[in-house]
Amino acid sequence: MTAVLSGQAVRPGDRVFSGLSLAAGVLVLVVMAAIAVFLVWKAIPSLTTDSANFFTEQQWLPDRDPPVFGIAVLAFGTVLTSLIAMGIAVPIGFGVALFIAFYGNRRVSTALGFTVDLLAAVPSIIFGLWGLYYFMPRIVPFAEWLSTYLGWIPLFRNDLEIYTKSILMAGVVLAIMILPTVSAISREVFLQVPRAQTEAALALGATRWEMIRMSVFPFSRPGMVSAAMLGLGRALGETIAVALLLSAIFEINWAITEPGGNTFAANIALKWGEAADNGRSALIAAGLVLFLITLAVNMIARWIIARHEEYT
Amino acid sequence: MSKRIDLVDLDIFYGDFLAVEQVTLTVNPRSVTAFIGPSGCGKSSVLRSINRMHELVPGAYVTGEVLLDNEDVYGVDVDPVLVRRTIGMVFQRPNPFPTMSIYDNVVAGLRLSKRRRRSKDLDDVVERSLRSANLWAEVKDRVDRPGAGLSGGQQQRLCIARAIAIEPEVLLMDEPCSALDPISTLAIEDLIHELKDTYTIVIVTHNMQQAARVSSTTAFFNVNAVGEPGRLIEIGETSQIFSNPRVKQTEDYVSGRFG
Repeated sequence: MTAVLSGQAVRPGDRVFSGLSLAAGVLVLVVMAAIAVFLVWKAIPSLTTDSANFFTEQQWLPDRDPPVFGIAVLAFGTVLTSLIAMGIAVPIGFGVALFIAFYGNRRVSTALGFTVDLLAAVPSIIFGLWGLYYFMPRIVPFAEWLSTYLGWIPLFRNDLEIYTKSILMAGVVLAIMILPTVSAISREVFLQVPRAQTEAALALGATRWEMIRMSVFPFSRPGMVSAAMLGLGRALGETIAVALLLSAIFEINWAITEPGGNTFAANIALKWGEAADNGRSALIAAGLVLFLITLAVNMIARWIIARHEEYT
Repeated sequence: MSKRIDLVDLDIFYGDFLAVEQVTLTVNPRSVTAFIGPSGCGKSSVLRSINRMHELVPGAYVTGEVLLDNEDVYGVDVDPVLVRRTIGMVFQRPNPFPTMSIYDNVVAGLRLSKRRRRSKDLDDVVERSLRSANLWAEVKDRVDRPGAGLSGGQQQRLCIARAIAIEPEVLLMDEPCSALDPISTLAIEDLIHELKDTYTIVIVTHNMQQAARVSSTTAFFNVNAVGEPGRLIEIGETSQIFSNPRVKQTEDYVSGRFG
């Protein structure tokens, strides 16, 4: 009797494939590690020369002797513009996605979804130019209105009576930039909600909004967090549009309708060309901080998603 | 509680496609009416048109009348949300809300219709509904656990409890046992027997033995060919449909010659 089952215990194809996928996975980690090592390595020289506190200093003069520079203004500007962008883009983005997924008729939804996807693909330099030359002059009355009627809130006070190139402007344009990202991803998430779930709510006599709260939001929460975080990631790292829209003033100014503010990415782009050795090293140190912030944002997002995982 | 349903000259469309043609039938209160027929004959569409779930499919609509105690469900000033509160539904696959506890699943519909109930009242409703659904004994110690943790048959009984918690007049069941094992199926069938004293029940089933076991009236639907509209072939007392059908097609179907 011959053994009919004997042969190769592991097929070569399986082995090749598992090797390839392992290599791909390792490659991602290697690239991550290489970036981190590069940033730290290049940042150290300037950090050791910095005569000011890197985290609290507002000026950025790394090529002076002795060098004085810090990320306070950059962190402030980056976080504030991104928060403004999130505050505007996340609710509107979810709203657009809900409309596409549950309210619009098929033709309108398809057209709108297509437009949103196109908007997501527009390069940020286009947004920057459009924001600078078209949008900014038209939003000035809004900023004026804010400072006139809500000026008693320090955030909206404007003593300069100049309303352009402000953190608010940059935040609003960033909001428009990340809106399609938030909307496109959350739409995909909403469309994944099983019909059985939406029908269960509707059959109980839920209105459409009640159905969305009852079966769509609980099911989509992790995806909605991802959508918001990807939008935030784009806002944090956005360079060109912000570089065009902010007038780089190295001072923390809570009055968000006044000109001023700066961000990590914009500062790197604007200063790189003119910077000497220590200046470049300092900019890389700023880049390292941005890298760590985005890493932290993503980890927090993962953590939020994982907390809800038991239900999905 | 429990009302009579009359379908009058009901045509069901999906866009341009006429899926079901000219259905006229009566469902008596406090009884179980079974819809049987081969796949694609439109029995589920008819069921879903009774509580206006059908029109949730884009482009879908009906013509004709669906009367709930002589009130047209499709009347111009009728709110489909209220229709669905009055006519409850249980689906093919158990679909409890996965993020909700057993308790919250049962009261989900109540929280929609009447806000701000006293929690004591809600507790009573939960116990009464779960008892009616023959689930109370199995879950009474863990009503705060997720509904998704139950077995398939328990989940389906939870869905029935959820549907009857809002005290509908009519209960529609769309193949409620097709995803369940025989033991769970038996539990649901026993439950249907008990519920028919209170509710008007319409059940769609692929399983002819099930129709024979649970229903007092049976409606047989058929379709000549794919792409043609489904029709109501015959409706009558269940014993008559299964033992002495008037139409040849019905006889062929119930005797297992096709379908």
